Amino acid sequence: MSTTCGQFSHPVSAMDFMPRERLRMIQTENLQHMVDISYKNVPLFRQRMDERGVKPEDIKSIDDICKLPFTMKSDLRDTYPYGLFASPMKDVVRLHASSGTTGKPIVVGYTKEDIEDWSYAVARCFAACGVREGDIAQVSYGYGLFTGGLGAHYGLEKLGATVVPASGGNTERQVMLIKDFGVTCIACTPSYFTHLLEVADRMGIDMRELPIRVGVFGAEPWTEEMRAHIEKKAGIKAYDIYGLSEITGPGVGCSCGCGEGLHIFEDLFYPEIIDPQTGEVLPDGEEGELVLSTLSKDAMPMLRYRTRDISKIITEPCACGRTIRRIAKIARRSDDMFIIRGVNVFPSQIEAAIMKVEEVLPVYQIVLTRSHGLDNVEVDIEVNDSLFKDTVSGMEEVKNRISQAIEHTLGIRVFVRMMAPNSIPRSEGKAKRVIDKRDLNEGL
Amino acid sequence: MKIKQLSLFIENKPGAMTAPCKLLADAGINIASLTLADTKFFGVLRLIIKDWEQAKELLEKNNFAVRVTDVVAIEVTHEAGSLSNILAMLDGTDLNVEYMYAFAGPNSKAILIFRFDDPDTAVSKLANAEGMRLLNHDALFA
Repeated sequence: MSTTCGQFSHPVSAMDFMPRERLRMIQTENLQHMVDISYKNVPLFRQRMDERGVKPEDIKSIDDICKLPFTMKSDLRDTYPYGLFASPMKDVVRLHASSGTTGKPIVVGYTKEDIEDWSYAVARCFAACGVREGDIAQVSYGYGLFTGGLGAHYGLEKLGATVVPASGGNTERQVMLIKDFGVTCIACTPSYFTHLLEVADRMGIDMRELPIRVGVFGAEPWTEEMRAHIEKKAGIKAYDIYGLSEITGPGVGCSCGCGEGLHIFEDLFYPEIIDPQTGEVLPDGEEGELVLSTLSKDAMPMLRYRTRDISKIITEPCACGRTIRRIAKIARRSDDMFIIRGVNVFPSQIEAAIMKVEEVLPVYQIVLTRSHGLDNVEVDIEVNDSLFKDTVSGMEEVKNRISQAIEHTLGIRVFVRMMAPNSIPRSEGKAKRVIDKRDLNEGL
Repeated sequence: MKIKQLSLFIENKPGAMTAPCKLLADAGINIASLTLADTKFFGVLRLIIKDWEQAKELLEKNNFAVRVTDVVAIEVTHEAGSLSNILAMLDGTDLNVEYMYAFAGPNSKAILIFRFDDPDTAVSKLANAEGMRLLNHDALFA
């Protein structure tokens, strides 16, 4: 084991450092079990396997995973609520559900062992981020049907940290708790943390002067620029945690602070990168859509789930000595993408362009409109102390610099609108960056 | 000899002026003078206020973007030709005026507020000029 990041090794992390050959054996065995129980108990999976002429016994090693059919988000909707469960309800001890923006939510279930494995994965995440027994960890993800709050909570308890289950909302009280309880670690979405920093500022509290030293952020794509901003403004080290309810919740992977990207807990979750158009598996190092399979989840095994997150597999060994592979930081999702005048645009590109001009990330929102059959991108940016100039020409200059930076990145014209502070709604969970107001039938 | 002006960002939409003015009103803070620069989408409201520090704190606490700007206040007689005289004197210098506005003072006086691109140089050049009366904060609100 490398000593560069020795401070991050903890007994709970033992599996992270397993020899790869041994890991492959575990992966093969676990995958076979997943395929077996899915084939037996999930009609949709059995039907798709039969259509492809694949039998459970054809899965001889982890490499045969490419023979399995993909699972899509729509499959969860179509089989709502329990259609993909492989365990009888008497063994299911917990349900979670995603906030479906359209129609029904998607429902996921866990057996007692699944909860145990999930907690273990989350504990390994926080351990990799340097969190230990004795740390006071505030969980500001929402508790409830959303997996973020309870997922982080169980993992942190398993690790032995002191958990402050703050949940989302009531931001001023959150700041007070961080200060009064001597919180050393916080888990929430990166956009909520920037909001927390803003509120702390207003309350005259400088996070850099508090004991807080670690932030574990996830549940939405964010950029390296935002990480730099958070680290500087709060005087903490900002880590990535990755996960999704369909697979288990937070804890599928996390960054370790040594190298780029996020380690995936490969004994529990198997990552592949595919070409989203053809579905073909791409070689390591190439960018594409992340596909994940659960290797140890009995209530609701998820095989080759298409996450819509764009990433790539990093094969270089990490300086921390972990043998489990890494995926590149996820800054965009294929369904975050919008197409404007034939150009594919990700909100993260706009964010990175804004941050090239302004050191401080302003609160912003992207509004798409259509007039006379033409799509327009409007970027609404709240003025803050550094953006506000006393003269109209000064304001116009800032605005032009930002719009030029965005146009330079995207190659399309954007309209930047300066907004009053606090006029863009704050999220207490995932930030809503894009408002699509386009009426596709406009002018018909 | 400079005085402090508060500048406030407001959106160009109905009611945008009401909120900050009501805040100041409710706190019993009087506005000595104001000017509004507007564009199609936003405006900059500039205020001269005796208790500017208190006003700033109040506005910031209520989520306004506030900037403090140094401006120069010149007192003239409230009669035809006073402004023109001052401007003629400024033309003889290389001082650059970004914007200005004026308000009537007591005793047939008028106050001209100038925002120079370099207020310190402006003060040093104007302070001793013949017939030029610069006001500091206390004199302005005396």
